[in-house]
Amino acid sequence: MGLLTFNIGGIHPPENKLSAGMAIKNIEIPKQVVIPMNQNLGAPSQPIVKRGDMVKVGQLIAEAKGFIAAKIHSPVSGKVFKIEPRIDSTGFRKESIIINVEGDEWAEGIDSSDTLIKDITLDAFQITEKIKECGIVGLGGATFPSHVKYIVPEGKNPEYLIINAVECEPYLTSDHQLMMEKGEEIIVGIRIMMKALGAKKTIIGIENNKTDAIAHLSKLAEQDSNIEVKALKVQYPQGGEKQLIDALLGRQIQSGKLPLTVGCVVNNVGTTFAIYEAIQKNKPLFERIVTVTGYPVQNPSNYRVRIGIPIANLLQEANCDMDATGKVINGGPMMGKSIPSIDASVTKGTSGVLAIRNEESKRHEVKNCIRCGKCTTVCPMGLEPHLLSIIARMGENEKCEQELIMDCIECGSCVYTCPSSRPLLDNIRLGKSNVSFMIRQRSVK
Amino acid sequence: MKLLTVSGSPHIHGGLSVEKVMWLVVAAMAPAMLASFYFFGMGAIKVTLAAVLSAVLFEYLITKFIMKQKSQLGDGSAVITGILLAFNVPSTLPIWMIVLGSLMAIGVAKMSFGGLGKNPFNPAIVGRVFLLISFPVQMTSYPIIEKVFPMQDAISGATPLGIVKEGLKKGDSVSSLMDQIPSFTDMFLGMNGGSMGEVSAFLLLLGGLFLIFKKIITWHIPVSFLASILIFSGIFWLINPEVYVNPLFHLVTGGVMLGAFFMATDMVTSPMTGKGQLIFGAGIGILTIIIRVWGAYPEGVSFAILLMNAVVPHLNNAFKPKRFGKEMKNV
Amino acid sequence: MDGSVLNAILVMSSIGVGAAIILFFVAQKFKVIEDPKIDLVDEALPGANCGGCGYAGCRAFAEGMVKAETMDGFFCPVGGNDLMKSLAPLLGVEAVEKKPQIAVLRCNGSIKNSIPKFDYDGDSTCSFTTNLSAGVGGCQYGCLGGGECVDACDFDAMYMDPETNLPVVKINCVACNACVEACPRDILELRDRGPKEKRIFVSCINEEKGPLAKANCTVACIGCKACVKACKFDAIDFDNFLAYIKYDVCTLCRKCVEVCPTDAIHELNFKPRKPKADKPKVAKPKVEKSAADKPKEEKEESKTEEKVADNKEKSEKTASDVKVESTNNDKN
Repeated sequence: MGLLTFNIGGIHPPENKLSAGMAIKNIEIPKQVVIPMNQNLGAPSQPIVKRGDMVKVGQLIAEAKGFIAAKIHSPVSGKVFKIEPRIDSTGFRKESIIINVEGDEWAEGIDSSDTLIKDITLDAFQITEKIKECGIVGLGGATFPSHVKYIVPEGKNPEYLIINAVECEPYLTSDHQLMMEKGEEIIVGIRIMMKALGAKKTIIGIENNKTDAIAHLSKLAEQDSNIEVKALKVQYPQGGEKQLIDALLGRQIQSGKLPLTVGCVVNNVGTTFAIYEAIQKNKPLFERIVTVTGYPVQNPSNYRVRIGIPIANLLQEANCDMDATGKVINGGPMMGKSIPSIDASVTKGTSGVLAIRNEESKRHEVKNCIRCGKCTTVCPMGLEPHLLSIIARMGENEKCEQELIMDCIECGSCVYTCPSSRPLLDNIRLGKSNVSFMIRQRSVK
Repeated sequence: MKLLTVSGSPHIHGGLSVEKVMWLVVAAMAPAMLASFYFFGMGAIKVTLAAVLSAVLFEYLITKFIMKQKSQLGDGSAVITGILLAFNVPSTLPIWMIVLGSLMAIGVAKMSFGGLGKNPFNPAIVGRVFLLISFPVQMTSYPIIEKVFPMQDAISGATPLGIVKEGLKKGDSVSSLMDQIPSFTDMFLGMNGGSMGEVSAFLLLLGGLFLIFKKIITWHIPVSFLASILIFSGIFWLINPEVYVNPLFHLVTGGVMLGAFFMATDMVTSPMTGKGQLIFGAGIGILTIIIRVWGAYPEGVSFAILLMNAVVPHLNNAFKPKRFGKEMKNV
Repeated sequence: MDGSVLNAILVMSSIGVGAAIILFFVAQKFKVIEDPKIDLVDEALPGANCGGCGYAGCRAFAEGMVKAETMDGFFCPVGGNDLMKSLAPLLGVEAVEKKPQIAVLRCNGSIKNSIPKFDYDGDSTCSFTTNLSAGVGGCQYGCLGGGECVDACDFDAMYMDPETNLPVVKINCVACNACVEACPRDILELRDRGPKEKRIFVSCINEEKGPLAKANCTVACIGCKACVKACKFDAIDFDNFLAYIKYDVCTLCRKCVEVCPTDAIHELNFKPRKPKADKPKVAKPKVEKSAADKPKEEKEESKTEEKVADNKEKSEKTASDVKVESTNNDKN
């Protein structure tokens, strides 16, 4: 029997894990950091500091506003220079707190040492509160506020905790390196999360191109009978929540439903480590592991980066040849967003910074659709991208909804495989935004 | 300062292009084409060249002067249409006829719908059917293959299918007719008369397997097509082997192999999902046998494919891919 | 004659007669009685079915109007006042007059004024790019240059200017509102055409603070309020660092145009000012003018300096707290 994988579609792009095995390095803190307020899915945070305020590392600087929202803590110590809109990685100007760095003074109560603390003293409710206090969001890229996942509705019973260590995006290696270096912490993090959820079993899903990480974590999890490491076949987009549950358990989440309906809660391994630090070290989320990679980058590496540091600094540190770079991507090459300006700062959602060579930065010429059906074959959600693309472009929103356009996870497999290089996903995104607008209108009525 | 490029994700591409698809198909057809040159000599080369050149020329002229668009000749689809059309005619066909056929294929069946990817019917088959209906005599007098005679024009005669059809009409029994035609192995390897591309079932099979290996086509259409021919004609054969021919005979003669691997699998005119393709292939197989057994023509593959092409939009509607989460397991 | 031919003719004609009889009775039975006025009105309408009136087409508009028995709230922008007047006797009511309107592009962020900050590659539909990024010039309010408004126009009244990458509204605009609805950023607006096509409007909808707006686009409204102070008629609204000239109040005195430090306020189809310019200005042909910004830029350039000087005095006198960013204007 072959390795486990999900059942519908999928592709296997070249892995290009250039920075694999590179030890995590710290990055120098610049003189000024820019912290955007919209770092998470949902409502942007509200600044609670004023111009001229002194802040310490780990101090709360922005409050969460709303249910799906997260707090933001200062990644540096220094003086608040300004609060004004600054260009972020999407190219839009978003409200940001700009801090002039002075020294590196940590707020009280944060344990900045590396000692491993195994005993979990908090109870389930306290853990959830702590996760919320520390502003933890999903670090896989979607930046969904984590505490929301731990507020389990009445009558729902999370059977499995699934740790997403798939890292199916080409180039990225931050999760891989984190597992290698912080394996024990991650196991403790898993125990914390299981306690918070009351889950009976944990499965760590790792793709088979990270055999060292599989061996490492399996060894660490040996004495825990309810933590299991499963190797998965290398297949994109296995890191998608729905695909991962399908691959590990053979359960498929219905259209528009949450993982809890099949008894699962999925968390990224980066998030697991952040939760460990929050609970055991009282350390809020203000730094993360970022892979800086790509062919123009001379020293592809994994860095521990405080949020708010400009992406330009990372590229410089890794020795990126900017003349040879045509495109810089925040995230991986399949789902990451290309950024218009490298002055934008690293946020909680920056899993990687990828520089693409000039010659690969442009799309191919668009040809007629030859109806080869390859997009349909590779779509992991079993949709028909060619059809959705056309009807979305024509503005037939009802038809789009019938054809389940909202199920699209925007993995980009269809565009990757299209021989005519058609902008399928561009059109589908357009359709998705139209359809979600239509659905909102409907609920207003 | 140099500007960074911004575009929607994904930022990498798999590298498959229309050109690559088309030229791989050409490569897959090359062995059978060379075999036809070998078997039929100069006539085959002339007809193939005329078909390809005229198809390319017509496409160029139409895109340039009628549609006023950028020429898409580089994608090689016109070359495929030309070769397929040449495969579908006898090597003795006059050059002006094949030129007319490719005008029909490119001008009417392809470009009038908007060019590559928009035609509902396979252009080469439309060209062939047009020629078959317009010039039945020239289209059905095939050169007979004798063992080895390179580079000289062949003598014309009927195809094995034609011999059997005529014989059965007259009331001859199958076993007596089998003596008049080459052995199955000969037919499989290409020692039978017929259209240029129909001769060597073996080389066509080889090219088809190459395409499946290269993931240009999937197994669905060829397998369901060939299987349905075997099963359907097999049923008849089991009922009465004296009136109905051996299913293997159906498999190796005529355009079955060509149709199964190169014409029915044309991406533009075949369904997109596996299930749809299975139905599509089976439909072609059954229609082919119906035409061969009861129809007026000895050969039915091209008509069968055309008929099934018309059904493709409905197959696409009826057989959607399996949606994620449609069938929930063990919850 | 052959008997079979005769038979065929007989059979066919009898089928024909039979069908005709059935159709006749069915038509009688299912006849829909409609107000004959609807047909008359419908015939008089332009028949473009553009939807500019808010109805699904000309027929629907005619039905609605005849049923409502009033022309209040009904207006065909294509036919305009003349058409509505000619319809009035048909319905036996007074026509409601409306000032003729035209679509106006409130953005001047051309390639020159708002220098591209990145290179966009991909589907250029405005409604897609508006979500993807702020726009090539960096302004998250300005025109994306995708031309969705031009596609929406049924009257060939718009085109994309390749030099500026902005749409241009031609004089034959019928104010059907299609482009206004098509624009995902609400840049286009219907405004009164004004006497002799004279119009003054703020060609910017950027709501950012001055320096931010200015960083992306040299002709942005920077929210300096100079125009608000210059206006004697209270015709300028000011909100979110953005001025808006109310076309129904504006008297076209052109005071605001003079004081605007970034040339964000456009005046169209006015006679050239008398003494100020150095070079003689050529009277522009009316038809081409509507929103063409290029010739305008050239025209304005010559007097920028004068205006800036003017401006400084005024602002110093009137409002010392308002910063006028006139120094940056030299680059314009």
